[in-house]
Amino acid sequence: MKFVDEFREPAVISKATAEIRRLADPGRTYRFMEVCGGHTHAIYRFGLKDLLPANIDLVHGPGCPVCVLPMGRIDDGLSIAKNADVIFTAFGDMMRVPGRNGSPLEHKARGMDVRIVYSPSDALKIARNNPAKHVVFFAIGFETTAPSTALTLMRAKAEGLRNFSVFCNHVTIIPAIRAILDSPDMRIDAFIGPGHVSTVIGCRPYEWIARNEGKPIVVSGFEPVDVLQSIVMLLEQLKAKEAKVENQYKRVVPWEGNRAALKAMAEVFELRAYFEWRGMGFISQSALRIRDSYAEWDSERRFQVPGVRVTDPKAAQCGEVLKGVLKPVQCKLFGKECTPERPVGALMVSSEGSCAAYYNYEHRKREAFTKEVGVAV
Amino acid sequence: MSAVLPKIRFRDLQIEMAHGAGGKASRRLIEGLFAPLLFGSSTAPLGDAAHLNINGTRIAITTDSFVVKPLTFPGGSIGELAVNGTVNDLAVSGARAEALVVTYVLEEGLPTEILEAEVRAMGNAATRAGVAISGGDTKVVEHGKADRMYITTAGIGRLIPGLTISPESVRPGDKVLLSGPIGDHGITILLARGELDLEGEICSDTRSVLPLVEALSRAVGPAIRWMRDPTRGGVATSLNELARDANLSVFLWEDRIPVRDTVRGACELLGLDPLHIANEGQFLVVLAPEYADAALETLRNTPGGHEAVLIGEIREQPAAAVLGANSYGGTRVIDMLVGDPLPRIC
Amino acid sequence: MCLAIPAKIVELFPDETSRALVEVVGVRRHIDTGLLEENSLNTGDWVLIHVGFAMSKISEDDALDQIRMLTMLGEHEAAVQEVTGYGLSEAGISSDP
Repeated sequence: MKFVDEFREPAVISKATAEIRRLADPGRTYRFMEVCGGHTHAIYRFGLKDLLPANIDLVHGPGCPVCVLPMGRIDDGLSIAKNADVIFTAFGDMMRVPGRNGSPLEHKARGMDVRIVYSPSDALKIARNNPAKHVVFFAIGFETTAPSTALTLMRAKAEGLRNFSVFCNHVTIIPAIRAILDSPDMRIDAFIGPGHVSTVIGCRPYEWIARNEGKPIVVSGFEPVDVLQSIVMLLEQLKAKEAKVENQYKRVVPWEGNRAALKAMAEVFELRAYFEWRGMGFISQSALRIRDSYAEWDSERRFQVPGVRVTDPKAAQCGEVLKGVLKPVQCKLFGKECTPERPVGALMVSSEGSCAAYYNYEHRKREAFTKEVGVAV
Repeated sequence: MSAVLPKIRFRDLQIEMAHGAGGKASRRLIEGLFAPLLFGSSTAPLGDAAHLNINGTRIAITTDSFVVKPLTFPGGSIGELAVNGTVNDLAVSGARAEALVVTYVLEEGLPTEILEAEVRAMGNAATRAGVAISGGDTKVVEHGKADRMYITTAGIGRLIPGLTISPESVRPGDKVLLSGPIGDHGITILLARGELDLEGEICSDTRSVLPLVEALSRAVGPAIRWMRDPTRGGVATSLNELARDANLSVFLWEDRIPVRDTVRGACELLGLDPLHIANEGQFLVVLAPEYADAALETLRNTPGGHEAVLIGEIREQPAAAVLGANSYGGTRVIDMLVGDPLPRIC
Repeated sequence: MCLAIPAKIVELFPDETSRALVEVVGVRRHIDTGLLEENSLNTGDWVLIHVGFAMSKISEDDALDQIRMLTMLGEHEAAVQEVTGYGLSEAGISSDP
């Protein structure tokens, strides 16, 4: 696969890991946070932790748009879908997320018309093909995904397609990073920046992290070579006592972002005053809602939503894990009451949530075994 | 070496699609509900087929059901899946299928043309597989109740001499072989359903693996410890079941696992793992390491076995888990599927 | 976030400027190019796709540059060490930016 295989080449990876070893100061620990759930997934899928020296700690950030969605919002979405003649559509990621009365898939089992779509355009297509039904698209995702939802809404409006609406749960990444940095027990040295969000927002929005907070940030791709090279770049900055924004993912991320995408978002969305992030509490100006000019395609205005808040059990320590204060395995519920099959808290809910990723890919590895396999140099 | 399996209780309030996907939910249903009520106090690991001793004659018996949608797809149809699937279940349990009986559950309104095509395909598949279809039953249900057609089979066969297949005989150091590329069937079905708007050149790998199993038995029979056909849930699920049943670890060299381009492309696009995708014409073998080379050579020299490959080995730790290593030294735990593989965007 | 993969444009549609047929190792899908500038795409171009939309054009030059840069890692260091071994001062050797 072009633009993929080259970035998984063992020889290139060896170079990168050798460079990491050369640059890392054995006298200190490095704590790098990868913000984006896609990076968490990549780190585990490719076993990248095995390739890093022990003094580099990868802390998983809050960039999992599924994990940070409060259970109440899922219930709201499902309650809209309970209306007769509604077809509920969502990405596969959402299907197993539990609401208070079950996940979308469980609702499907009880007779609700629930369909997985790969694209919001697919949901629009279903609406075109089912004029007697109303199609609700449960939109999630950061700025990577929001433009696609925006464009889809623009198309729906242009076509005058009235049997389609979006339940909008798009969130924005900068406020989440800010919340991490504002937190008093935060101990992150540098950030591996979200690669695909940046194809939309560009690299400028991260400048305050370097300038005001003094933390290096490298916008990174998702292949093993990308992540490792980004770590090299972070180490180089720290060694030179610098803090700046760098773009490792140049082949895809334009520094200025994607103007058409930003324009589409601005046309359709505006910021909510505040939005609740599961495990992190209320964050102001951190989520998108549909503008008045598109009110007719806003599920929240077409239907009544209960808007009930469902709080996580106090024992769930998602917030601390999200900020990197605790490792997943240190939460009292990890692996016992809280597993990917029966998630209690946010981070177990989606396969790229830090707890789920750790559970699925790591926790049964024994140290003895890792030594047996050896680490490539 | 087998573990005493913890008692699983089935607490789900209703049946969902996940329970039929072949992964964790399926296992929970089988071990937590069916096993205690049907299989009594037997603690034997649940395999594909049962071996019975009737007055000194040892036979194998298996049953399977086929509910695939659409009925036909590139590379095959439900009837062929039914024949091959049953023959394969018996083959990997160490038995040669002699006869099948079939039940058709037909939906009212099913065009005869379609039924005839399926039955013909099934007959042809049986001839190719060298198995007789000896009898059957038919039921018709109301429109809307059977997705056009469901097929259930029961197959009966004779044990292949010289084979003792069981997870208990698996030892650290044993090698894991795979007969060919994975994911073809599951991706074919996904594309054929047309819901995700993907097109690609791929067809189901449905076929009888009996000739390969027999060739293997003749060459290295006594060295074979375990076999499985990785259908729903894929290679990951089958190997996890082995790891659990044997309380050992399965270690895989992931880069050696053959995956066709189209399967790879579809999986990358949808965020799926080929290791979780269903296969209908492949099988896994675990055997004593001294015979791995001979086994590979035999398979590669048998028609249909030319893509056979060594993919891993059995180790002590981490017990009851499957571990994958890539070519640059990274490792990950490869878990059993929870429910159906779902496309993801994150 | 998340899952976006490189795909090659194999067909464009003059009547529908925001549609393209892309291919990823033999799998084809129609995607929406509405987030990229109109008429900026040609068949053979590579784009990054996310949820059925093209997000960005992929620069082959940048990709090659990156691999090249990484493959040369350690060579500069090795060159420096070799020269240092000859007793020449490091200060005399220019380093690439």
